[in-house]
Amino acid sequence: MDLVQLQRQLVDYRTSLYHEGFLDEQFTQLQELQDENNPDFVVEVVSLFFEDSERLLNELSNALEQQIIDFKRMDARVHQLKGSSSSIGAQRVRQLCIVFRNYCEAQNVEGCLKCLPQVKHEYSIVKTKLESMFQLEQQILNAGGSVPV
Amino acid sequence: MTDTFEEKRKDSVGREGTTIGLFFIRLLLNMGGGCGGDSSEEVAVDLGYEPHVLAVDDNLIDRKLVEKLLKNSSCKVTTAENALRALDYLGLGNDTPEGTASKVNLIITDYCMPGMTGYELLKKIKESSVLKEVPVVIMSSENIPTRINECLEEGAKMFMLKPLKQSDVKQLKWNFMKCRD
Repeated sequence: MDLVQLQRQLVDYRTSLYHEGFLDEQFTQLQELQDENNPDFVVEVVSLFFEDSERLLNELSNALEQQIIDFKRMDARVHQLKGSSSSIGAQRVRQLCIVFRNYCEAQNVEGCLKCLPQVKHEYSIVKTKLESMFQLEQQILNAGGSVPV
Repeated sequence: MTDTFEEKRKDSVGREGTTIGLFFIRLLLNMGGGCGGDSSEEVAVDLGYEPHVLAVDDNLIDRKLVEKLLKNSSCKVTTAENALRALDYLGLGNDTPEGTASKVNLIITDYCMPGMTGYELLKKIKESSVLKEVPVVIMSSENIPTRINECLEEGAKMFMLKPLKQSDVKQLKWNFMKCRD
């Protein structure tokens, strides 16, 4: 595929992520923070988000497996995940976290048990999509082009 | 006025805040309606002065973001992952070794943090004779009016909703970090 086609593919892909609600305006803000001094800023922050989210999701799974569920601790974890997903613009994950927090506050075990796999699912989708997007960007850079804004 | 300004500009020695430099900066600020007025970004001249900001947040991603936002606004940034570390850095901690307190021009802190909250940190700062004049800004992902009022009443200069944008930081800089009179 030639450079122009790659660039077009990237723009289309990115646009679809916004249209489908995977990403929101905050992701654009993140991209605008990137500059020549920090050309990998977005990838770095998103990678941190992946690491942090995986840790939090594991902790949430553990918490739900306990005999006595510590809802307060769980709520704190979901709050963290909501914050991070909000900060990078991962809209669907953020929205699910809001629902999850409501279940935690209500100490609703069934609600939590239903919600956690949904959050994991949305997280894994947005992770895959962002990774694909970064791969496209890298292909463009490797072909000597610049990544369209 | 414009001619004098041009003449002065040719004479200016450099960006280190020399007498001439400071003189025509004041001229610019007065022309623009003074500090915090509607002067455009082009009017804001670099004095070689980088405000030092302490940013406190337990969320790693948010720390990285706020650091970048501040650096993009030519601020020197120190981050702390919780209120205790922040207090230590400021010289108010129980474990602060003698003479290591650091001077900062602005403190920006998250509200919800485990252990000591941003509100409690604010109170500690305001109780300190050394630090009470340092402007403190609180950030939160939640828009809760009672929380906002509580912070403002305790002396926070501003309450900002997360995630922060570049325009928020520009506003901070303009309000709390540029004017040195």
